[in-house]
Amino acid sequence: MTKEKIETLMDEKDIARAIIRISHEILEKNSGAETLVLIGILNRGADIAKRVADKIKEIEGIVVPVGLMDINLYRDDVHCKLDQPVIQRTEILFDVVDRNVILVDDVLFTGRTIRAALDQIIDFGRPRSIQLAVLIDRGHRELPIRPDFVGKNIPTSKDDRVLVRLMEKDGQEIVVVAKSGMKKSPSEIKKALKSGKKGGKK
Amino acid sequence: MQLRSRHLLGLEDATAEEITLILDTAETFREIIERPIKKVPTLRGITVLNLFYEPSTRTRISFELAEKRLSADTVSFTPATSSVKKGESLRDTVQNIEAMKIDMVVVRHSSSGVPYYLTQCTQSNIINAGDGAHEHPTQALLDMFTIRRKYKKLKDLRVVLVGDIKHSRVVRSNIWGLKTMGASVAVCGPSTLLPFEVEKFGVDIFTDLDKAIDGADVVNIMRIQLERQQAGLFPSQREYTNLFGMTRERLQLLNKNYTIMHPGPINRGVEITNEVADGDSSVILEQVTNGQAVRMAVLYLLSGKKEEE
Repeated sequence: MTKEKIETLMDEKDIARAIIRISHEILEKNSGAETLVLIGILNRGADIAKRVADKIKEIEGIVVPVGLMDINLYRDDVHCKLDQPVIQRTEILFDVVDRNVILVDDVLFTGRTIRAALDQIIDFGRPRSIQLAVLIDRGHRELPIRPDFVGKNIPTSKDDRVLVRLMEKDGQEIVVVAKSGMKKSPSEIKKALKSGKKGGKK
Repeated sequence: MQLRSRHLLGLEDATAEEITLILDTAETFREIIERPIKKVPTLRGITVLNLFYEPSTRTRISFELAEKRLSADTVSFTPATSSVKKGESLRDTVQNIEAMKIDMVVVRHSSSGVPYYLTQCTQSNIINAGDGAHEHPTQALLDMFTIRRKYKKLKDLRVVLVGDIKHSRVVRSNIWGLKTMGASVAVCGPSTLLPFEVEKFGVDIFTDLDKAIDGADVVNIMRIQLERQQAGLFPSQREYTNLFGMTRERLQLLNKNYTIMHPGPINRGVEITNEVADGDSSVILEQVTNGQAVRMAVLYLLSGKKEEE
């Protein structure tokens, strides 16, 4: 086996704590939950959005509407790729007009996904504000976009791959970074994750 | 999962995975056409030519709206007001329009095989919007989409296609698509309107409508295509209506939770009575709405596919 450079950034407890803190910060900044709606970007942003909504319900006793969003139709690179991405459903079953929209994603990187999501939200109506919550901010922005709520800031090199695995889709709770130079395919990383579930090799 | 071809010429060669991909993608677009702003920027910069050599209301408007809702630029071509009247050939017409930088062509033509011919003499992605008596793939896809939305499946459903089987491209595309998806398919029509070697389709064949629709889930009624027939294939419209018209009495023979479909345009009182066409189980207008979503899905899935090196 070649030397694997997969580093664990957050474990189950770190993720849980980050989500609790983000939920509190959202409530603090918006002075409560009355005006809030959450929109999660598929796939894992949607799962995080649901967890934040559950937390807010625990704290404030208010059910905040949660929507899901697929941003592929708003990408700026649809025609650069040979294969079209598979489109999933966007489900925003509430009015965003005059609400404070919290956009939720797992990893903030170039900012292009968020740009697409912003355009899509505005096509649904004119919110009072759009705020951005992410579990990981790994830097290397290519657009003038910044998060309002961050689980963890981590320095990465541009070629690193940051992977968030969550119970809902992946059956495990972990955030890892695969260091560059290793040229790992996603399936290889998955394999490595399975063999050394906790901790990874440093 | 991707479509294998960069064109959509028909469903004869389509796999179940490809059809499922198109129908799943269409579900997403079905939601978009219910939004207050029914538009996404996905096909910005793509130009689509709608080349309709035959009259059309639904398909043409459906394609035009689908293109506009994806933010594509569109041009529409009508032979009656073009240089076709001066004798310009199909090939020259298309190549000249393509020289103005077209990316995709949606084509309808009275001759079977025209879409394939265009793939040989142009670089654009070609979408068949009906060619002669050959195929009309987007119609069959929207029919399947409509059925799947109601029953949540296509497999093992009994679908009967009634009417002019011989001249209908909708029937051919439906047979191939539905069989690929595992549905049980039957055709029914007067023997003069069944094509030569109809048994090669591998579907059940009936000339008695009451027997054909016994126990069916879906009845898809085809229009009597007076423009594609020489006279004399059936004695009179009244006799046709008596033997093959879908009437309220015949609905009793169908399964519970049955569905009545028609690709339009309807000859009211000929192949279907007003009561049936406007009844609770008729999804004829739902088909039209769904058609837009299916065409958006097809345009989206093909638009990224460039010519192979």
